[in-house]
Amino acid sequence: MNFKRFFAVFKARNIEFFRDRSSLGWNLIFPILLLVGFSFIFSGDGRPAYKVGLLVEQENTQQKNDKAAQTALTQLRFIDFINYDDLALAKAKLSRHSLDLLVDYNAKRYWVNKESSKSYLVEKIFLGQQHGFTRLQSSGKSIRYIDWVLPGILGMNMMFSCLFGVGYVIVRYRKNSVLKRLKATPLSAFEFVSAQLLSRLFIVMFMSTVVYSGCNVFFDFFMLGSYIDLFIIGALGAFCLISLGLLVASRSKSDELIGGLLNVTSWPMMMLSGVWFSLEGAPDTLKVLADFMPLTHLVAGARAVITEGATLSDISFHINILLLMSSVFLVLGAYLFSWNTER
Amino acid sequence: MRAAVSVQSLCKHYKDVCAVNNVSFDVQQGHCFGLLGPNGAGKTTTIEIMEGIISASSGQVLYQGQQVDSQISQQIGIQFQHTALQDFLTVKETLNLFASFYQNTLPQAQLIELCDLSDFLDRDNRLLSGGQRQRLLLALALINDPQIIFLDEPTTGLDPHARRNFWQLIKNIKAQNKTVILTTHYMDEAEQLCDDIVIMDLGRIIEAGTPHELLAKHFEDVFIYLPQAQISNELVNEYGWTKLADRIEIRSKNVEQTLSLLMRNNVSLDSLHVKSANLDDLFLKLTGHSLQA
Repeated sequence: MNFKRFFAVFKARNIEFFRDRSSLGWNLIFPILLLVGFSFIFSGDGRPAYKVGLLVEQENTQQKNDKAAQTALTQLRFIDFINYDDLALAKAKLSRHSLDLLVDYNAKRYWVNKESSKSYLVEKIFLGQQHGFTRLQSSGKSIRYIDWVLPGILGMNMMFSCLFGVGYVIVRYRKNSVLKRLKATPLSAFEFVSAQLLSRLFIVMFMSTVVYSGCNVFFDFFMLGSYIDLFIIGALGAFCLISLGLLVASRSKSDELIGGLLNVTSWPMMMLSGVWFSLEGAPDTLKVLADFMPLTHLVAGARAVITEGATLSDISFHINILLLMSSVFLVLGAYLFSWNTER
Repeated sequence: MRAAVSVQSLCKHYKDVCAVNNVSFDVQQGHCFGLLGPNGAGKTTTIEIMEGIISASSGQVLYQGQQVDSQISQQIGIQFQHTALQDFLTVKETLNLFASFYQNTLPQAQLIELCDLSDFLDRDNRLLSGGQRQRLLLALALINDPQIIFLDEPTTGLDPHARRNFWQLIKNIKAQNKTVILTTHYMDEAEQLCDDIVIMDLGRIIEAGTPHELLAKHFEDVFIYLPQAQISNELVNEYGWTKLADRIEIRSKNVEQTLSLLMRNNVSLDSLHVKSANLDDLFLKLTGHSLQA
């Protein structure tokens, strides 16, 4: 590894990015547009279905008596019902918008999140069917939907920047023979790839920090955890996504093919990684599938830091998965990487 | 004398296409060596195997008698036929970027002067004209002060003025006793610059030598051209001269005698044009088709 060569490519790529005004503008404006849109247009909630938590304890006579009423509720369409045996956990989920309503049939009480429009609506549905319940509000500081969705939107923007920013650039370099010109120099593939990786990591973290800080002035985001922990999980997630971008772009010379491959890679993550809605109550197969996606762990880790005040050790599962995935993607990407100089 | 570069029995196959077929030649130190041939002749493939950019199916390339290794990129300079440069970088930043790749580099001021870059040093790569771009690419090829420089069709797409300027740059490089290996399909370029040439067609070498030797070997005649309207058909048929579209071509071993013959037959010598055979004529003779087709 020659650091002089590495730093020269790193610097050149950064200059190229920051002078490309259209790309720079888009990277700044896109996440802000999404945040503003979700904050004002959808009033903070865009999920198609409601999620209701049901507190489940040992069955007793009273519960058996309420069974009929409970069955009538759980047969409602477009509402997911999730059982919890831990009240504290369920209330935390309600506060963090993972649930819209929490019902305890034993004690004839229910909790709402006063910050959530969905909670308000599903309460109306609940009271249309059920009577004699005590109304309670979620304890602790409730967060707005925008606070909940923030890590998802930033994560999604980082994903697109990492995948397309690396994938398209490398394929463009390969196609127009920039890579061929570089191969004719003593620059090694490792030096080139690592410079691209770290350049994109710097760009993504810089842009995300600017967007977060700028938006924080207007939105005053909820933050229970440490900003340093948030930055670290963000950087690890970005590193993993860039590695994935390098792997996807390791051989292709075609704009159209790389566009397709990057879309196939990014769209499932955008839909299934918990960016827009919680995977609470989703089928197990979907959850397992989501666990194989780097964005899932980036968003879940960042969300835990922001909304639960989690430390790095609390989210070590997500960190370890991201590190493991990064290693696999990098090794495969380096093994498969081609300058593709053959015509 | 040991050759600066020796190419031995080089072959390159792409699936069922044989791009280079058993090509061998030597390049002497300090010479300008030309690989000539039409598009698709195998010139670029041959030169890229010599540069170590692509691998040969068989055969080998020796530098000063040694096999090519990973260090060769420190010692050679390359200007590709088609290559892009990083967008949004200026000429000076591009020079700095490439200079960082090498252990030994020419002083930047010397490079700028040699390749005449001073007028557009702060210009974005995307805004360079064809001639400026080729001069920058040449500067990048020279940045590590190489002893061997590969130029793949360096003047393709340039206007005549820019081409002549570029030729002068190459002559200046040659004057420093550097070895220049270039491919071209411009015969005037080869005649201006090359000490030795090989002519390739369909992946094979069909002739090799100095331009002078090859022309002397294949042509004794000079060509005399006159407008068709000035010569009667009887005279053309009697001497077996060739009718072209609007001219008569007369091949002559003795120009003075031929001109006397024309004057004796009261042929006007207005618009007379006399030309020696060139490499394009040689290629036409060897292959039956024009070099620039």
